[in-house]
Amino acid sequence: MFEGITKGLSDALKKLRGRGRLTADNIRDGLREVRRALLEADVNLNVVTQFIANVEQRAVGQDVLARVDPSEQIVKIVYDELCQLMGPVDHKIPLKSDRPVVLMLCGLQGAGKTTTAAKLALTLKARGRKPFLAAADLKRPGAVEQLQTLGTQIEVPVYSEPTDPVSVCQNAVKEAKKQLCDAVILDTAGRLQIDDDLMNELKQIDKLCKPDECYLVVDAMIGQEAVNVAKAFHDALELNACILTKLDGDARGGAALSIKQITGVPIKFIGVGEKLDKLEEFHPERMAQRILGQGDLMGVVEKIASLQQKMTQEEMEEQQAKLTKGTFTLYDFRKQMEMIAQPGMMKDLIGRMPGMADMIPEGEDPEAALKRVQGMIDSMTKKERANPDLIDTPRRRRIAAGAGLQPHEVHQFLKQFDQMRTIMKQMASMNIFQRLGMMRNMSKAGAFLPGGMDAIAKKGDTGKKKSAKERAEERKKKKKKR
Amino acid sequence: MLGRFFQKIKQGLAKTRSVFSGVVGLFTGAHRVDKAFLTKLEEQLLLADVGLTATTQIVERVRQAYLDKEVGEDVKKFVQAQLREQLADTSGGLTFQPTGPTVVMIAGVNGSGKTTSIAKLALRLKTDGKKVLVAACDTFRAAAVEQLTVWCERIGCDIVKQQQGSDPAAVAHDACERAKARGYDVLIVDTAGRLHTQTHLMRELEKIHRVVAKQLPGAPHEVLLVLDASNGQNAVIQAEQFTKTVKCTGIILTKLDGTAKGGAVFAIKNKVGLPVKFVGVGEGMEDLDPFNPDEFVQALFEG
Repeated sequence: MFEGITKGLSDALKKLRGRGRLTADNIRDGLREVRRALLEADVNLNVVTQFIANVEQRAVGQDVLARVDPSEQIVKIVYDELCQLMGPVDHKIPLKSDRPVVLMLCGLQGAGKTTTAAKLALTLKARGRKPFLAAADLKRPGAVEQLQTLGTQIEVPVYSEPTDPVSVCQNAVKEAKKQLCDAVILDTAGRLQIDDDLMNELKQIDKLCKPDECYLVVDAMIGQEAVNVAKAFHDALELNACILTKLDGDARGGAALSIKQITGVPIKFIGVGEKLDKLEEFHPERMAQRILGQGDLMGVVEKIASLQQKMTQEEMEEQQAKLTKGTFTLYDFRKQMEMIAQPGMMKDLIGRMPGMADMIPEGEDPEAALKRVQGMIDSMTKKERANPDLIDTPRRRRIAAGAGLQPHEVHQFLKQFDQMRTIMKQMASMNIFQRLGMMRNMSKAGAFLPGGMDAIAKKGDTGKKKSAKERAEERKKKKKKR
Repeated sequence: MLGRFFQKIKQGLAKTRSVFSGVVGLFTGAHRVDKAFLTKLEEQLLLADVGLTATTQIVERVRQAYLDKEVGEDVKKFVQAQLREQLADTSGGLTFQPTGPTVVMIAGVNGSGKTTSIAKLALRLKTDGKKVLVAACDTFRAAAVEQLTVWCERIGCDIVKQQQGSDPAAVAHDACERAKARGYDVLIVDTAGRLHTQTHLMRELEKIHRVVAKQLPGAPHEVLLVLDASNGQNAVIQAEQFTKTVKCTGIILTKLDGTAKGGAVFAIKNKVGLPVKFVGVGEGMEDLDPFNPDEFVQALFEG
């Protein structure tokens, strides 16, 4: 439903291309697009207004770069500004040697506190800690049972008693110390920030249990209300961080920006799925891309760049060299795929990577499709991975059987891989902006449609006219191959 | 000018109860409908999550009709009428079947307040003299069935359930049979919360819908989408997707007792055509009211 910010921006700034300097006048339309995108991403209006002023200040006076679309220049500024505002993030959870640290979760009803409590416990466990859960939500029917069930699933002790939330928390901390746990997570009941009684109850817990960290759990789908909520909770409890939940949906999560901007409280973790291991560390760069909307190439380049940071410099150079030489193999491809195979990243990335989208039939779950591709590569021998040209009909049949597919599917994939390799080889020798331009031109020419590349890529032309004899020989060879 | 504008926003934010305090006097005092007035109007609507498209539309209409005129009651009335018109709906409330049970299916994203809304709805129907049966089809979330059972005990209505992890469509099937056999007036089907982007879960929802339709032709007669009023523009996509999957007939707008205005319903009505049928205004069992568009519009301009 939303168009990426890039398109609107580039329309608005078309006339600027390649001349002069960015001024308040000539970027006005462009900034209006930025404003639209941010508002549609549910960033708070006041934050948007201020943000636009900042961007304008930074943009005005810059020379329009010769080779770059001015819109890209603005997007870059917006992106940088977003990252800067939402960062920096500290993903650490404190550890005390003499007692368990106390982590308190709070938030509105239905934000996802109980699920997040269990997820957080699992995250701690994965970091080698000994977490302990306290079921202090005595308000919602079934909340205690829910936490107990979740606790059993992840094998983390859950403390509960049918008294009042304050005593539950106090006794839980004592019990955790007795059981030699090093972190207590207090799952409090959901409450409205304007409910004075319940807010006082939170303050009481805060006073008596002295939590080391207070986390506000916020639904990513929240709208303009986010700032009111965050501000009220922050005033009452001095929050240390926020946890943004339900980011596996398509909410753009503008709240992340609003909350940080208004209260200064950073986002620490994000919930990206119903399963208990779906709690991830928050990265401002990824969030910035999400807020700006998807389907833009700048996002691809940035995203890929951030993924590539994970590889060592050496590895990267090696891969770059391979790309240039065209010796990029299926093995490398598999490696890259593994990197993007992180929950939440896959879907939008695939849609944006050249060539990748073609490998996935329309309407199919990209994760499933990628798994299939992975299966194919896994069914190949080392030699085949290094040199896919080796794969002939019997080999193709064997691979198909190994991956549980039809031989023609393997064939199709290999063909597409070949095309992708050609594109990448061409792109490798360009700088980033030339690459962007090329991708744009190619997508205009329909290169990413099935078979489209055949029309663009040059056939192996030696410039030498072949004799009739040679041609006949070639035909024979082809026949044999089949 | 801009400095003062920020000052005002800051003041407004200082008061947690209302971001609107800075613009409460929108329609009062002697001034003209000028750029500043229109900007303020726009702000107010955007802050209520009305969304950019609907807001721009309304502001533009006001500009055309009243530019340079004195701000007075008529401008206020005009703005409210514009908003009111967007919510116009003739259906009103739930429609009950003359014979056999009326099936009301409840759907929505996680944490929007489905289970609580069901309890409130069941109580309301029971008070109206209907014989109500509830089907606990949220078999996914831990303790969801327990939560609903507790509510049903408090209200005194019957519930059909199986253990956690069982097939929700099977529960719906059993509930339909029971509703038919025992002559219940209304069957309320609870479903697990799901994000509209989770294709497999949306298909599961579709299956429950199908199973119910097979048991009782024409059912579910009402499919209510439960929507959190504090949701922003994502609510529109939610409404679109859920309607596409299970043909929603209306909305229960929850958590309106906070400071959220739920302005997204304008865009939803506009785009998807879904009317709001009930609003949740508190945690108590009685806190479910029929939707009153006039009051709702009024509330948009209050702190």
